[in-house]
Amino acid sequence: MQSLSLLLASLPDGVLLGLVYGLAAMGLTLIWGVMNVINLSHGPIITLGMFGTFFLFLRAGVNPYLGLFVIAAFGLLLGVLIYAVAVHRVINAPHLSSLLATFSVNMIIIGLGTAVFTTSPYNVDFSLGSLPLGPVTLLGTRLVAALVAILYAGALYLFLYRTRPGKFIRAVANNRAAAELMGIPSTRILALSFGLGTMLAAVSGALIATFFPFSILSGGSYELKSFVIGVLGGLGSPVGALLGGLILGLLEGIIPAFLESSWVPVIEFALFVLILLVRPAGLLGAKR
Amino acid sequence: MSGWRRHTGLLVPLVVVAALVLWPIVTGKAADRESAFTLLKAVALASSLNILLGYSGYVSFGHIVFYGFGGYVGFYLLSAQGWPLWPALLAAGLAAGLLAFLLGAAILRLRGAYFALATIGVNEALKAFINNFEPFGGPIGMTLNFRVYQAYGGAAQALALAFYLAAALALAAVVVSHFVRVSRFGLGLQAIRENEDAAEIMGVVAPRAKTWAYVLSAVIPGAVGALFFFKNGNIEPHDAFPLHASIELLVMVMLGGQGTVLGPLLGALAYQGMRGYLVTSDFFGDIQLSVSGVLLLLIVLFIPTGAVGWLRRRVAPLRRVLA
Repeated sequence: MQSLSLLLASLPDGVLLGLVYGLAAMGLTLIWGVMNVINLSHGPIITLGMFGTFFLFLRAGVNPYLGLFVIAAFGLLLGVLIYAVAVHRVINAPHLSSLLATFSVNMIIIGLGTAVFTTSPYNVDFSLGSLPLGPVTLLGTRLVAALVAILYAGALYLFLYRTRPGKFIRAVANNRAAAELMGIPSTRILALSFGLGTMLAAVSGALIATFFPFSILSGGSYELKSFVIGVLGGLGSPVGALLGGLILGLLEGIIPAFLESSWVPVIEFALFVLILLVRPAGLLGAKR
Repeated sequence: MSGWRRHTGLLVPLVVVAALVLWPIVTGKAADRESAFTLLKAVALASSLNILLGYSGYVSFGHIVFYGFGGYVGFYLLSAQGWPLWPALLAAGLAAGLLAFLLGAAILRLRGAYFALATIGVNEALKAFINNFEPFGGPIGMTLNFRVYQAYGGAAQALALAFYLAAALALAAVVVSHFVRVSRFGLGLQAIRENEDAAEIMGVVAPRAKTWAYVLSAVIPGAVGALFFFKNGNIEPHDAFPLHASIELLVMVMLGGQGTVLGPLLGALAYQGMRGYLVTSDFFGDIQLSVSGVLLLLIVLFIPTGAVGWLRRRVAPLRRVLA
């Protein structure tokens, strides 16, 4: 019975966190889907989003959720910049080149970040109280973060399916050469997609910062979570990423009720490799 | 090409490794020996990775998993079972090779970035598993009893022995890398790198060739891991499976030139040298990671074939010597 009450306590929390992690993974998977590049600078960009919340809230006094708009704009611009500098030249090269190019961006951000912020932990002291629901208590910040994640996912969906640039992105993802023949400016669309991907990563970092402490090195573990989620939901499928996030969140909620919580990463990564092997298109089966 | 001319490419790498071994012997300083040990370790690991990455084109992002796994197996045999160093190193290498064989059967079916992601997943899964595996000490890891070193004539003697063993492993990695390159097997791998489907049609049994390349690239890192942690005296999950070290190895191979024998060797020396300089320099010390990142980016964008590849293309007479 004890494990059941533990389960009730940890499961909703897992779901909420999973949605926020899913938002980050959506950024990773969008970039992969459009240009077949695994963005290894994903983690540090999540971290930059965290620091964005920290400085906007603690130094400028901006409400963290209003600050999201600033961070989103910054994430978009940063992504376009990274694309122009590091990715564009290697977009057609073998995978090793784009992996290492984005990894070098990772090193540059972490190196500069370590010099500026050191590696000591930061904490955003922000609370929205908590919401008791029967035996379960939900933290306000996590609830709002999960709602924001769903909102962003919905907005991304509308953007991709209801607007012209969104259509262009899907066309380029589908077949770049054919899209170019139809007169779509593919370079600009690729830069925009990369920017959107980093934007989602930065926003999810900004949300995570409202409830977890962080340091400049925290991004790495969230990046790995994004890989797992991306593969669960199918790389290249933004909607799958949200579902993958939910599954990961559920796993993180369920496993500690039965096993020591240090077994969570073992199961997560074993599942990750297994899904890559048996269903590389993801559980949903991406459309590619 | 037949006879000795096939092997001219081995000349320069052998000279470089020999110079690395002689350097601390000539100066007689223990600090130099430590630096040379680090360099030889990097050479052994990078040359091994090149067997898979450079020849067959499969990007292993988690190659350090073999170093960590071999390290753990060797360390366990040394500390808990009381094995002598030699058989423990051998067992560690074989264990890493066996792991690669079993893994390879599964994950080498994946191509491109999917394979790279799977290798990251394997590294993280094994690290997390060993974190929970009590016989290997769980999160605390294991520590070597100081008495173990007495079998080799005390700690100082054991350190010297470890240095010569590291030299032997680096040499072995370079020699294996060369013989794979000039063999029929290596040609098959290079055909897979250029176009796997075409290679299969031409009669290369791709799954078998890839698996053996994976095994060959894992054995020496396994032994290097056991040797390093024997010298280190303790082992922890965090030290044994550092993902960033995997990527450093990729950088070394890329820097020097993938798919060549000399490239990974030069890349390992250049990368370690540069890192040593940046970390200790006053100006770059704080942002050394950023400087390395900028250099890596420049190389990836502008000299993707690495130093050796660039030289081979520019200076035709060097093609025979720089292989």
